[in-house]
Amino acid sequence: MNTALMETRLGGLELPNPLLTASGCGGTGRELAQFFDLNRLGAFVTTSVTARPRAGRPTPRMAETPSGLLTAMGLPGPGIEGFVERDLPWLAEQGVRTIVSVAGNSVEEFGELARRLRGVPGIAAIEVNVACPNVEDRGRMFAWHPGAAAAVVRAVRTHARPGVPVLAKLAPDVTDIVTIALACVDAGADGLTLINTIEGLAIDTGTLRPALTGVSGGLSGPALRPVALRCVYQVHAALPGTPIVGVGGVASGLDALEFLLAGASAVAVGTTLFHDPTAVPRILRELEEALTARRIARVADVVGLAHKPAGHVPPQVRPEPPVPVPDPGEAKEKPS
Amino acid sequence: MSDTPVQTSATVLTVRQVQDYHALTLVAPAIAERFRPGQFVALAVGGEHTARLVRRCFGVYEVKPDYGGTVELVFADREPGTAWLAGRRSRDRLDLVGPLGRPFRLPRDPVSCLLVGGGPGGAALFALADTLHRRGCQVHFVLGGPSGGQVFGSRMARRIGDSATVTTEDGSLGEKATVRDVLPRVIQETGADVVYGCGPTDLLRSVTQVAGEYGLPSQVSVESFLRETGACGIGVCMTCMLPMHGEDGVTRMVRACADGPVLRGDRVRWGDLGTIPFDALGAPRVLAVAEGGDA
Ligand SMILES: Cc1cc2nc3c(=O)[nH]c(=O)nc-3n(C[C@H](O)[C@H](O)[C@H](O)COP(=O)(O)OP(=O)(O)OC[C@H]3O[C@@H](n4cnc5c(N)ncnc54)[C@H](O)[C@@H]3O)c2cc1C
Ligand SMILES: Cc1cc2nc3c(=O)[nH]c(=O)nc-3n(C[C@H](O)[C@H](O)[C@H](O)COP(=O)(O)O)c2cc1C
Ligand code: FES
Repeated sequence: MNTALMETRLGGLELPNPLLTASGCGGTGRELAQFFDLNRLGAFVTTSVTARPRAGRPTPRMAETPSGLLTAMGLPGPGIEGFVERDLPWLAEQGVRTIVSVAGNSVEEFGELARRLRGVPGIAAIEVNVACPNVEDRGRMFAWHPGAAAAVVRAVRTHARPGVPVLAKLAPDVTDIVTIALACVDAGADGLTLINTIEGLAIDTGTLRPALTGVSGGLSGPALRPVALRCVYQVHAALPGTPIVGVGGVASGLDALEFLLAGASAVAVGTTLFHDPTAVPRILRELEEALTARRIARVADVVGLAHKPAGHVPPQVRPEPPVPVPDPGEAKEKPS
Repeated sequence: MSDTPVQTSATVLTVRQVQDYHALTLVAPAIAERFRPGQFVALAVGGEHTARLVRRCFGVYEVKPDYGGTVELVFADREPGTAWLAGRRSRDRLDLVGPLGRPFRLPRDPVSCLLVGGGPGGAALFALADTLHRRGCQVHFVLGGPSGGQVFGSRMARRIGDSATVTTEDGSLGEKATVRDVLPRVIQETGADVVYGCGPTDLLRSVTQVAGEYGLPSQVSVESFLRETGACGIGVCMTCMLPMHGEDGVTRMVRACADGPVLRGDRVRWGDLGTIPFDALGAPRVLAVAEGGDA
């Protein structure tokens, strides 16, 4: 049987496969490159770049929660100068398709970042991290207001090189994510990344205090997946022509397939990389196998398929027989 | 490249109780052959479909060529993840990444070395002792802990060390003292040229301070800080940051896992661990409140 064709598109951007890293979870790229060839990725998404270097928040910045991670990092990073001098050229040298994520505290700062990236080669797309505190609005996230989210997207679209796709990355904890998505697309976003982390809290029962110095933090990992899928599904239903990158708790090929079925054209892996540095090539292989087993020829054929009425779904979608999940405890050779 | 870390499915050879700790021996040839003293490994706990996403980082006690290459770790089973590890049986498989981090830098000349360990951290010093011996160095140990059961490797240290001093807070083994109490005396008696340390953060701070008073370089492994703060062990999550000042005098937040775990003791801002010092590169500025930033 022929294997599935994995090419996908995000608007004008063509990718050899739909698997990306999630912003903030792939380091500078060098760390992951020790484990697999980054050219196997559909694209590498950078940690959100800020205008100035940032040390981020004090430790502890992370708490482990059921099927998830709670983090409050405070956007640590080298700032745009350091990024353009050291990190981006390295990715370009390796030939890695790179989506640069940008984060600012004001509309002006987002514009400045896009302007600074304008002349820089080696950028496949820009992802706008809209889940940043908006200084001009008492630190409330841009992602919480359609107007504020649209303003940063517009600023980036205006200053970014024409032809470079702009993706808006939204936060899930809003009353209606579709309204925010519409506002971003109207403001010039070529695609949407759904979703950033959802705000959560963990309390250390030893110290009797919040576990994180930042008190609350962002929930990521498999615990987030149903929320992320719901967001992708809702936004795809409202904006079927807008490409979506699905993010949130992807840990296996079938998880990735769920996102494609909900309407995503690509899928990013975040927290799973902390657990499993070679997750992306594995998930890619699993996705390929899952598509092949369902006799689906191309990734593009499954995007949004879950929205079709039941009768319209091809009948052979359930692969037989079910593949048993190997228990890691019992390797090939059973003790005799 | 053989110095890059690998991810591998390692087979459990043995899990045994050693004093108050557990020693876990894994067959992992690719990691054993790359390992250099001071490096660590990151283990996934809970099995393939676990809800526990954070890797657990451990220093390596010993690597051996037997059974094709084994790696042995020592840990206390206080948390659910380590309790799960302690419950493994031989032939179980574990997902292991390593070797990770920067190793101890080794002296070029056959000098006198003082190796200071606290709790299970003492385990990471034995591979170093081995290497130093082979280079003709003298190896002196100071090992400490709250009680005798929590001092790892005191008998081994007496056997292989040129000297070994053991301290416990309750006096149940060796001298009733802290490591810090005996360090000046041991430094003088052994004529130490360098001090290596591995253990709790307070101990590393003392080691650095006393070494500094005697004008000695100190290299310390912040493995226990990493174990408490880290999530990935490979340098991508940025949760394990600590403040360090560089040659240029600028304080930067560095990763305990990828920039360490072995650091020059005199460069670490021990008093500022768990904070972002105001003068660190990229620290929230004083105006942060007015800026309303994510600070
Ligand atoms: C125990 C010991 C024994 C030695 N014995 C000898 C000997 O016998 N003969 C001899 O000639 N030399 C000796 N040396 C000197 C040694 O060879 C090195 O010159 C010395 O250790 C500096 O190199 P490094 O790579 O360790 O330090 P660095 O490159 O300064 O790195 C030290 C640590 O600092 C951190 N770091 C690096 N840059 C920064 C930055 N910009 N900001 C914050 N943190 C940073 C890193 O995380 C790193 O782990 C010895 C040194 C030690 C410590
Ligand atoms: C440690 C950490 C750092 C992150 N940093 C960023 C960031 O800089 N920019 C961003 O847009 N999202 C960031 N995220 C959010 C992720 O990109 C992703 O949207 C989210 O974690 C959900 O995906 P996951 O469940 O696969 O991790 C971060 C997440 C984590 C856990
Ligand atoms: S533990 Fe992830 S960067 Fe150090």
